[in-house]
Amino acid sequence: MAAKKIGVYICHCGVNIAATVDIEELKRFAATLPRVKSVQNYMYVCSDPGQELIRKDIKEKGLNRIVVAACSPRMHEPTFRNVLKSAGLNPYCLEITNIREQCSWVHHDRHTATEKAKGLLAASVAKAALLEPLEEHEVGVTPTAMVIGGGIAGIQAALDIADTGFKVYLVEKEASIGGHMMQLDKTFPTLDCSACILTPKMADVKNHPNIELLAYSEVIEVKGFVGNFKVTVKKKPRYVIESICNACGQCSPYCPIEIDDAFNERLAKTKALYIPFPQAIPATYVIDPQSCRYLRDKSCRQCEQVCKELQAINLDQKEELVELDIGTIIVATGFDIFDPRQKPELGYGKYENVITGLEFERLVSASGPNQGDIKINGKKPKDVVFVQCVGSRDQTVGNEYCSRVCCMYTAKHAHLVREKLPDAHITIFYIDIRAFGKGFEQFYDRVRGERVYYRRGNVSEIYKKGDKLMVRAEDTLMGKAVEVAADLVVLAVGMEPSKSAKELGKILKLSNSPDKFFLEAHPKLRPVDTGSDGVFLAGCCQGPKDIPDTVAQASAAAAKAVIPLAHGTVKTEAMVSVVQAEACRGCGFCVEACPYAAITLEEKKVRGKKKIVATVNEVLCKSCGACAASCLSGAIQQKSFTDEQILSMIAVIGKKY
Amino acid sequence: MEETYERACYIERLGLFGCIQCGKCTAGCPLNYLTPFNIRKMVYDVLNSSGEDIASEKHEIWQCTTCSTCSSRCPKQIEPRDVIINLRSILVEDGNIPPQIRDVLKSITINYNPWRLGKEQRAEWCKGLELKDASEADLLYYVGCTPAFDPRLQKVAQAVVKALRKAKVDFGTLGVEEVCCGSEIRRLGDIWSFDALREANTEIFNGYDNIKQIVTTSPHCYNTFKNEYPGLKPEVMHYTQFVSSLIDRGQLVLAKDYRKKVTYHDPCFLGKQNKIYEEPRNILRSVPGIEFVEFDRNRESSLCCEGGGGRMWIEIEDVKERLANIRVRDARDMGVDIIAVACPFCLLTLEDAVKSNDLEGKVQVMDIMEIVAKTLT
Ligand SMILES: Cc1cc2nc3c(=O)[nH]c(=O)nc-3n(C[C@H](O)[C@H](O)[C@H](O)COP(=O)(O)OP(=O)(O)OC[C@H]3O[C@@H](n4cnc5c(N)ncnc54)[C@H](O)[C@@H]3O)c2cc1C
Repeated sequence: MAAKKIGVYICHCGVNIAATVDIEELKRFAATLPRVKSVQNYMYVCSDPGQELIRKDIKEKGLNRIVVAACSPRMHEPTFRNVLKSAGLNPYCLEITNIREQCSWVHHDRHTATEKAKGLLAASVAKAALLEPLEEHEVGVTPTAMVIGGGIAGIQAALDIADTGFKVYLVEKEASIGGHMMQLDKTFPTLDCSACILTPKMADVKNHPNIELLAYSEVIEVKGFVGNFKVTVKKKPRYVIESICNACGQCSPYCPIEIDDAFNERLAKTKALYIPFPQAIPATYVIDPQSCRYLRDKSCRQCEQVCKELQAINLDQKEELVELDIGTIIVATGFDIFDPRQKPELGYGKYENVITGLEFERLVSASGPNQGDIKINGKKPKDVVFVQCVGSRDQTVGNEYCSRVCCMYTAKHAHLVREKLPDAHITIFYIDIRAFGKGFEQFYDRVRGERVYYRRGNVSEIYKKGDKLMVRAEDTLMGKAVEVAADLVVLAVGMEPSKSAKELGKILKLSNSPDKFFLEAHPKLRPVDTGSDGVFLAGCCQGPKDIPDTVAQASAAAAKAVIPLAHGTVKTEAMVSVVQAEACRGCGFCVEACPYAAITLEEKKVRGKKKIVATVNEVLCKSCGACAASCLSGAIQQKSFTDEQILSMIAVIGKKY
Repeated sequence: MEETYERACYIERLGLFGCIQCGKCTAGCPLNYLTPFNIRKMVYDVLNSSGEDIASEKHEIWQCTTCSTCSSRCPKQIEPRDVIINLRSILVEDGNIPPQIRDVLKSITINYNPWRLGKEQRAEWCKGLELKDASEADLLYYVGCTPAFDPRLQKVAQAVVKALRKAKVDFGTLGVEEVCCGSEIRRLGDIWSFDALREANTEIFNGYDNIKQIVTTSPHCYNTFKNEYPGLKPEVMHYTQFVSSLIDRGQLVLAKDYRKKVTYHDPCFLGKQNKIYEEPRNILRSVPGIEFVEFDRNRESSLCCEGGGGRMWIEIEDVKERLANIRVRDARDMGVDIIAVACPFCLLTLEDAVKSNDLEGKVQVMDIMEIVAKTLT
């Protein structure tokens, strides 16, 4: 083994590190550490000239281990590994000392911060001397993607991937794709008809040779890793055979059971044998298992009689499990609206003329239950009041965030009221108006010009006075409370992550940000990646957004998801765990500790004797180290984090360097 | 602007920089139905000018009933109510307070009650009832100042005793040793006397190893014991919680028919502040023969009776209307016989309103326990 020659590179990170850590002192100190042959400092070591510094040193001074004292390895470890590689050194001969997040950013005192940086650096140098070169392996990639969630985000992502030539499965839990956008009437700020711009895309999904739609289906298990996922999808029984049903609709009128029409936000009724909406994709009816008479007590088979010729109805259909090989996955599970019953002072659920923004979309839509007539109890409202920020910016319900669409959709709603009820008195109570997008401020200007009263104040309560509702808020610009009478109150409910995404998040091991939406890998630089390799995010499952942002993000996720597919191979982890069979007791603690199901207990011959030992599947191992930490006999070691390496660091810090 | 250290401290402590001036507090404030009192503006002024000035300039700070609608609805979870209490305590410290309040504060230190009655009279309400002493029982019935001294409320305390006895609950009282809980005193800004009362009560309660539970008549006592007495050992309950559970367990049977149409007025200190909405309703619904109806404004949207925050002792001027008036007139329009309450202050304010609206004989105000007592055999 060649003698270890270590180079140390200290980054100022502008003033991020240099303002708190004395770089010159750290440099002096580094030079005194064993085996250190070169010490350099630079303003930004990650920049091209910074990288060149390292490359040059490796070549000229024959360095074979590199320590970079800079930011968190989460930031730039891959960058510096590439530097080593391009200089002909094994990329795993690198150790990063985090003197930014774990030092300069969290301390004020320059002297003690510098002392701490010295300790961290000395430990890294000690470990670097023990680092071994590691090999990366490559495995093939299944050239197929899966998109979960068939709202506009999932539709766009699926179409983009399909257009690149790869196969895509689109999994939607509901009977039709379309998501919330299908429920909208017009869309701000341009007022395009939502269905007119969405339904052609839905038809494209149906007709695209590369897309296989699994509607009324849910992902229940995901095994494997990027490039090689094994996904189990549960296809719920529709009780109508998708390949036969031609959506003629003759059956539905004969169904004796009425249920709430979910597509119309329960403002209307539909039958237990129904199609969610006329343009549904797949264009197939479905039977609601909770209310169908046959499925409850076998007492009715009316529909079968009606569909005698085609025989598209199969009341004995069973759920089906499909196992699919998938290369990359896009999650596009969207949002749920906030349930305003959590704000009882606003009277939702108590007064029938207090409705949500989404109910208003159905009410005002030509395809809605009133054919677009804004009527409450058969009467046209004279006074309409909109309430902003319901369930957004509100810590009392745990939603600290702004939902980003409500200001604009309320402006749109006010415009639609003005269009249909020219004499209505329209008031919008708001806290702040956020008109940040392209064309938004202009739209806001236009709507105010349409005789809409914007009053600054957060509605505190709504109560009944005679046959009117009184909406009580402080007009904070007047500095006094006002009561505005209303026949219709529309609550601008915010967005929350879809409830059905919770289970999926666990299956895919996704993290959530404090707002409970899925967490991206980096808020700025990796906004569609997740912590799980090969899994990407699109649309409102990552955070509230409007349709333009949703579509942009969906296309971005599609591009990202295609990269491994196009590449054809992915690298596996090099820093995997290894089991020393002689020391293993076969207790299986590590099997339980492993979150990736990468360890199994297997019978092996060890020194001529049969024995149960833990065995690591190196392809599945994500090098988290949980097994090594759980092993009581020290039989599992994780490469680059061996006990010896870690103890050497502790020893150095313990000895005060 | 001069930044005093103390001012900076309480602005930070109350989180006033978090305020987005949305006005949800003001529009929900019951006082704002009657007067120009504007709590949002108060917060703004406190934040942007010197607190001491505000305290002496704004006489309307004595109007606040500390019902806490503002605090419970604030989307940024700051507590505008505590801004008021803070301003009041600045005035109390300076001795710059209305004479009625001075009398109340004085009475507390001398008599351990705000009603200016001698402490030796505290057990008159239960003369002849032969109640156990706290040292001999599992449960302490903490009567509270108003039910102990006010002739109208004494009937409520007696009704509580009747029900507890019927349910064979092993309870005792502190008799003349009972000391004010301090809730109103704290809300009047005398945080120093409150600290003394808290210490005294904590010592008394924790001193009885036998006592596992305390049941109070008033939501105000309940609230302060529950939320402002850290380190209190026994579990604290309002009587509505305790009696509701007695009924659920079958330990208390409401046997006699009581054919009345009844509504319920949520006390702020029980409802809005402690989210106890169902237990009182459970009791009323358990009364045989009762027809129970809700006010349109109930639970989180209930109107304050204006009895809290020391307002029992402060007359506010220039106000033509009272919220209690609105409440009893709503009850009349609903055609109810009885407004049931679960708080001594609500009982007194609403009963006053019944009189001043000439509704005597038409609408009656009764404590839930009085209704319960009437159904016991
Ligand atoms: C009242 C209202 C008005 C609006 N108006 C406008 C407007 O005028 N202009 C504008 O730009 N934006 C508007 N928006 C915003 C717009 O609705 C969203 O930007 C858009 O719908 C987001 O699309 P998405 O695909 O991310 O989510 P969604 O539309 O919610 O779609 C998610 C899909 O995923 C499915 N799904 C969920 N969980 C699972 C699972 N576990 N497995 C499989 N499938 C699952 C759902 O069934 C659904 O089909 C409005 C929003 C609201 C609430």
